[in-house]
Amino acid sequence: MTEILKTLVEAAPPGRTRRIPQMGMTAKIALTILMVIVILTVIAPWIVPHDPLQMDPLARLKGPSLDHLLGTDNFGRDLLSRIMIGGRLSLMIGVATACVSVGLGLILGLVAGFFRRADAVIMRLMDALMAIPSILLAIALVALNGASVGSVIAAITLPEIPRVVRVVRAVILSAREEPYVEAAISLGSRTPLILFRHLLPNTLAPLIVQGTYILASAILAEAVLSFLGAGVSTETPTWGNIMAEGRMFFRIKPELILFPGLVLSLCILSVNLLGDAARDMLDPRLRKSAR
Amino acid sequence: MQFKSRSFDAAEIAVEIKGLEVATADAAGVRPVLHGIDLRIRKGETVCLVGESGSGKSVTSLAVMQLLPASLSVAAGQINLQGQNLRALAPGQMRALRAARVAMIFQEPMTALNPVLRVGDQIAEVLAIHTALSASQRRRRVLSILEQVHLPDVERISRSYPHQLSGGQRQRIMIAMALVLEPVLLIADEPTTALDVTTQKQILSLIDELQQKYGTAVLFITHDMGVVAEIADTVHVMRHGQMVEHGAVRPLLSAPRQDYTRHLLAAVPSLAPRPARSASENIVLRVEGLSKSYGRTGDRRTYAVKDVGFTLSRGRTVGIVGESGSGKSTLARCIMRLIAPSAGQIDLMGTDIATLSPKAFRPHRRKLQVVFQDPMRSLNPRWTIGDCLVEGPVNYGSSRGDALKEAARMIEIVGLPRDALNRYPHMFSGGQRQRIAIARAVMMKPDVLIADEAVSALDVSVQAQVLQLFDDLQAELGLGILFITHDLRVAAQICDEVLVMKQGEAVEYGAAAKVLGAPEHAYTRALIEAAPGRGWDFRNFRPLPLRLQAGGADDQ
Amino acid sequence: MSGYMLRRALATLPVMTLVALFVFLLLRLSPGDPAAIIAGDMATPAQPEQIRELMGLNQPLYLQFFIWLGDLLRGDLGVSLISHTPVAGMIADRIGPTLSIALLTMLISVTVAIPMGILAAWRHRKLVDHLVMTFSVLGFSVPVFVTGYVFVLVFSLKLGWFPVQGFTPISAGLWSFLKTALLPALTLTTIYVALIARMTRANMLDVLGEDYIRTARAKGGSEMRVLFRHALKNAAVPILTVIGTGFALLIGGVVVTETVFNIPGIGRLTVDAILARDYPVIQAVILLTSFLYVLINLIIDLSYSLFDPRIRY
Repeated sequence: MTEILKTLVEAAPPGRTRRIPQMGMTAKIALTILMVIVILTVIAPWIVPHDPLQMDPLARLKGPSLDHLLGTDNFGRDLLSRIMIGGRLSLMIGVATACVSVGLGLILGLVAGFFRRADAVIMRLMDALMAIPSILLAIALVALNGASVGSVIAAITLPEIPRVVRVVRAVILSAREEPYVEAAISLGSRTPLILFRHLLPNTLAPLIVQGTYILASAILAEAVLSFLGAGVSTETPTWGNIMAEGRMFFRIKPELILFPGLVLSLCILSVNLLGDAARDMLDPRLRKSAR
Repeated sequence: MQFKSRSFDAAEIAVEIKGLEVATADAAGVRPVLHGIDLRIRKGETVCLVGESGSGKSVTSLAVMQLLPASLSVAAGQINLQGQNLRALAPGQMRALRAARVAMIFQEPMTALNPVLRVGDQIAEVLAIHTALSASQRRRRVLSILEQVHLPDVERISRSYPHQLSGGQRQRIMIAMALVLEPVLLIADEPTTALDVTTQKQILSLIDELQQKYGTAVLFITHDMGVVAEIADTVHVMRHGQMVEHGAVRPLLSAPRQDYTRHLLAAVPSLAPRPARSASENIVLRVEGLSKSYGRTGDRRTYAVKDVGFTLSRGRTVGIVGESGSGKSTLARCIMRLIAPSAGQIDLMGTDIATLSPKAFRPHRRKLQVVFQDPMRSLNPRWTIGDCLVEGPVNYGSSRGDALKEAARMIEIVGLPRDALNRYPHMFSGGQRQRIAIARAVMMKPDVLIADEAVSALDVSVQAQVLQLFDDLQAELGLGILFITHDLRVAAQICDEVLVMKQGEAVEYGAAAKVLGAPEHAYTRALIEAAPGRGWDFRNFRPLPLRLQAGGADDQ
Repeated sequence: MSGYMLRRALATLPVMTLVALFVFLLLRLSPGDPAAIIAGDMATPAQPEQIRELMGLNQPLYLQFFIWLGDLLRGDLGVSLISHTPVAGMIADRIGPTLSIALLTMLISVTVAIPMGILAAWRHRKLVDHLVMTFSVLGFSVPVFVTGYVFVLVFSLKLGWFPVQGFTPISAGLWSFLKTALLPALTLTTIYVALIARMTRANMLDVLGEDYIRTARAKGGSEMRVLFRHALKNAAVPILTVIGTGFALLIGGVVVTETVFNIPGIGRLTVDAILARDYPVIQAVILLTSFLYVLINLIIDLSYSLFDPRIRY
């Protein structure tokens, strides 16, 4: 097949031998949706039509109206305002989880991939961590440590770490076999230089992709934790606990779950689609075919 | 050199390609890949399609099979198999023809065979698709064709999986699979390129034998002029998707009409060893009793390299020659201390580096530099050429500015423009990258340069230029070069002394003229005899005079 | 062969031990006095001390671990703090619904997802491929409970095909079982199908680019033969792997789905235990599901050689 590729390269007009990755239509739409959601939640405190915590016993479980665009919940609170404000914490937890798990996973993965002795220990630990179903682990951690934002982030982060470690380790293990790394050794380069300047850059693209997927799954996990009653306390609205509170009234007013569920799903969907787009643009296998 | 000189004028035309055009279409528009190829093969004839990588040889063959990848399509032309136009066939009709009337074998038999199916079943599948034979009849046919390709113990082999067989055996399986239905046309796409030279010889003679038996027309795709000289009746030379020249093998090799053909032939290294150069007493590298073993002590220990020794002097080249698995690369990696040798001495400029700790070895490392085989992977794709070149000197205390100045000088010495320093590896061709890798090694001002199959991945014309560059740098800087290669022609061209390795042991070591001209060891003789086209002096378009022929004058 | 299987099985011991250690430390090392946590808010001052005595919390940590591990190996998972009945028995009572829904989900998912993935890879970048990929990314993006509620809304409340909640065991007849189990299983299927279809597609795409696929086509084999006989067997190992690792995802989904459909399984047990802070139950459920995960993945590991002869024992 390489012969065919070479023939194609020969036939290509000069200067076009390396394709510049283009963002597809789907990815552009996803990015737009995500931007709208992020901007709306960020500026929510200044633009919400109602105080999201303001109860109104006279306006309980009302349908959509001009005053309450998405209606009200069982305490008469405005659903739209709650969703907008609730997004802040949900997104914050997602971003924090992605950053912390990528950061810790990167360090552990580098150590495991480069130092053979540490490898066995770290990977057994990761195997054990992966064996515990992540939702159960997160539930237990929150149940034991109390339902603060910090403990929710920790609880969602911990099960994500092995995924990052595995990706980083695999990249390092395959990159260290590359002849350019052996060339660096014979040029007298010391371990830190090889580790940080030759090997580390290889992990960037997979980490961007993995980080995006973790962001999506963390937002999802927060919602699930709240739904099961093991999330952030219900005094602060998040997408998850708005839906959790709506559970009891599902037959009377399914919108209490469906509207936040829709926003949440759209948000996660956009992030996942961006992850796919990033993978397609950064995947070396795809780039090879254009080289 | 004996060429084939059979006449096929009376034979039936097996396949005729007329004005074949293949194009690729993508966002940037439609671009032609093949520009009107004409080709005719008669029954029993062997047509060689030669050209460098990217010339369109494989595209031509896949177009005949109608197995082009989705990005390519036939734009115009005819492909007639015994008068039947293949382009007019429906996909189902074409499928019925494949393997039954046109069959194909590929370069890499390991990847061309399905790794999870038994090879016997893979051959039987051809019969199941195209014939109405019963299972037991299919089995008998499979065993019979396996015997015809001279495989031993056919019962056992037919039950084996591809990974349990050797490279040569796998290619025999591919041939059996291709010929089991006695097709009219056999397309062989570089079928021996991935094989060792002695195996190559056996496979070539097997194809020849079966071709004569069945009167098959063979389209043989290769980049190796030696193979062409050995097997072709007719030769077609391709370049950039065009047919440059074609004709019977002898006239084409002895009086090529086109400049490109001439240029291509002139680049083929001769098997005649280079004239001896004056010996130098200034020894830079002496290896003694070097071994690398794996496994436990005692009987269970396996040796990748066993008790190898040689001496390399300033300004001279020692070639390590051997087939795959001979231990030649392990030897090189031991000397570079990329892996630790198990025993022996490596005396580099008066210091035994075999047992030095990594820390103690570090100051000596710069005296010993290396150029790897694969120029695509030996440069960090994320670094500019400038960064690559200064990495070593900066490690040893040069300032970046000084190193960059030296890099600018060095990049011009290896024949690249100064502004190459700001560019990235993917912007260069394979040959250019190999020049960069050489510049990077020479930047360290080494005493010894190890070239590990450094020209094996290059096209023959590029290979000739890079070999010349090694020679020039050696003459200028007095480098001692340790040249590791599987290619006897390359070894003959560049080495003063040759060490032949087999299964980790040195079987013969001495002056190139002696080892290649009058080999003592049977294995060396077998290697030389297997070298295709060894009786022909390609660059001078004439037979190699008998006295210069490698391996002595014991045949012809 | 059996020697390898034994060694491979033994290799899971360190992982299982680590899981046990982890679960043990989860409770012991969390902030606060475990005895006080266990005793709860309404405890008299003497109760924590009693509990400490009862659970051996006065012993050194490592000794506590080994005592606890010894109890585990004898099948003693402790006693619930709420119902004061043995946890093992509680789990045994609840495991039926969970396992039957999980197995039904696996069955539906594998039968649907693998053909979907094959089709998508075969028609790469065509309409079918886009549809499969859209479905699969939706499966990852919509929370299970939202899917569950939408299903309830449409199929139970609007169309009246299924009961809204509850569970009938399979012993009461296949039909009544399916009536209650199908909707939860379909809900869970969305994630699992997404996972498997995606993996199948990706690996089939890889394999379809291999040389031996070209060889199979050069033999004149039909596309069906190429896809199923030549490609699928080569793509099988990573697909099997993801079916195994996806089990963890499935368990998480079961917990949520049982809450939505009010099914008296392990999931409900867990959620109730969390709300009541019933630690022995939480511990036992995590341990059990993790061991199940390790076991399933061990079986899958051992089955690789059926598909790939290069993996030898």
